[in-house]
Amino acid sequence: MTFRPGRIFLHVFLVLTCLATLAPLLWALYASLRTYDDTSRNGYFSLAESLTFDNFSTAWTQADLPHYYMNTLIVTLPALVLVLLLSSMVAFGVSRFSFKFNLALLMLFTAGNLLPQQVIVTPLYRLFLLTPVPAWLSDSEVLLDSQLGLVLIHVAFQSGFCVFVLSNYMKTIPHELSEAARVDGAGVFRQYWQVILPLCRPALAALATLEFTWIYNDFLWALVLIQTGDKMPITSALQNLRGTFFVDNNLVAAGSLLVALPTLVVFFVLQRQFIGGLTLGSTKG
Amino acid sequence: MTALQSPPEPAGTTGPTSPSPRRGRRRATALAPRDKLILGLMLGIPALVHIALVWVPAFGSVVLSFSSWDGIGGFEDIEWVGIQNYVDIFTRYPRFWPAFQHNVIWLLFLLVIPTIAGLLLAVLLDRQLRFGRLYQSALYLPMVLSLALVGFIWQLIYQPEQGLLNSVLGTASTDPVNWLGDPDINLYAVLVAAGWRHTGYIMLLYLAGLKSVDPALKEAAALDGANAWQTFFRVTFPVLKPVNVVVLVVTVIEGLRAFDIVYVINKGRNGLELLSVLVTDNIIGESSRIGWGSALAVILLLIALGVIIPRLVQVFREEERS
Repeated sequence: MTFRPGRIFLHVFLVLTCLATLAPLLWALYASLRTYDDTSRNGYFSLAESLTFDNFSTAWTQADLPHYYMNTLIVTLPALVLVLLLSSMVAFGVSRFSFKFNLALLMLFTAGNLLPQQVIVTPLYRLFLLTPVPAWLSDSEVLLDSQLGLVLIHVAFQSGFCVFVLSNYMKTIPHELSEAARVDGAGVFRQYWQVILPLCRPALAALATLEFTWIYNDFLWALVLIQTGDKMPITSALQNLRGTFFVDNNLVAAGSLLVALPTLVVFFVLQRQFIGGLTLGSTKG
Repeated sequence: MTALQSPPEPAGTTGPTSPSPRRGRRRATALAPRDKLILGLMLGIPALVHIALVWVPAFGSVVLSFSSWDGIGGFEDIEWVGIQNYVDIFTRYPRFWPAFQHNVIWLLFLLVIPTIAGLLLAVLLDRQLRFGRLYQSALYLPMVLSLALVGFIWQLIYQPEQGLLNSVLGTASTDPVNWLGDPDINLYAVLVAAGWRHTGYIMLLYLAGLKSVDPALKEAAALDGANAWQTFFRVTFPVLKPVNVVVLVVTVIEGLRAFDIVYVINKGRNGLELLSVLVTDNIIGESSRIGWGSALAVILLLIALGVIIPRLVQVFREEERS
């Protein structure tokens, strides 16, 4: 390879930028690995006397993090499955058939995806307060303070983005395919379930990765719509846990990293899907 | 497929066919009654959920913004007050204009700094580069963190005595700067943290856009004697116009939605007031003034419509072209 000073400079610049980008996380990691003893004597800006995972195990057990992970899981999983199912049905309808109201429907979902949450949150809170649900579903007996309510708003709010992405994707699938299935006697639902949906696997994988991260990261919906601290998903619970259980910086850092862990794992394992989903979302296929 | 790159072809297909004959054939397809019913349900149920939980409340905000209601008692206790809420917000509510100003600063900051940084990084990374993917991963990483977590993590940097920043500056022990407590600077400190997360997203959008720029265009410009600078501003950048619209929309919406980060830092007070905080304060805060909160929400909605409508126009113009 020939020696190119421009390239060297570029690499130096990029390495420094990447290190600066990672610095806040590395700093949190460093603080989380040190003992309280060490940092209270030497300050945080010092060489560690020893490194330990103790803060992680303390944060894990003291704040009962598994309980909050579970809270997140029982909201995120159903919301994820439902939003992909419902959005793909709408996308199938608007991209494979031509109705008069197709464009209006697509516009409704696309615009809904862009609304700031605060525009709808006040009446939504009232609506949830007034909507009864059976006691076996939620001890609050209304949608407010119930995990069902949280699932529903995630599904409704996120479906805007998913419909947009999936309908663009489905438009690239040749019509001959569903046509052939129709000629063979397949009904509308079979065309959707057995012909189109399997072809959408890449888009569905990308959306699932992205939506998992977004629903997992939700803070506002749970903060407003869940009132019992015990039912809070983990992202919103961290706010209460700090001060009660996470008293020093070392524990705050360890707790924050534990909360970030699932999304970080998803990012490292499924980065291509994550990036692909965001790219699809900004395109008009 | 005008904006950014086209989605990958689904496996086993031969790519889109020309649209004109397809459209004619589609219309000719008659649906059996049973299929019509099923299709109606497939479209109707999701639309119902979306409308009931997104558009009905959005409409509700508009209607309730003309009312005075503390939420106690039924709907018959709602008192209609016309535009009084808006008049009071604009003239007598001391928190409104600071919050409005902070939102404007928030939008301008995000529109300038992360956009320039993201575009620059995208241009630098849009080439065959050793470790290119590694660099991209590092720069994308903050995107997967929630804004609430970003708030927690950056507090470890901004703390006066124990934080990284003052320690590096050497002011931690002598004259520590209270980055998040001083109302003159805390908004900018928070914006650096928010921009840290936002830059990767902008870079991603521009990288995708740059990939769709036809290399032949750049070659032609080079043959005509254009330097790299001219090629970028005269050839590449104009092609990126649809991406610029997406960046604008994404940034403005993100800016208006911003809430978590200031809420975990100090509940959005003392220099960190935002419109989103004022709305939320009327639900989980000390006072429950529904009409008031709704009027604030409508103001937020009107600002958001400033970018939602252009975005819809863009999307559906492309829709008609395809």
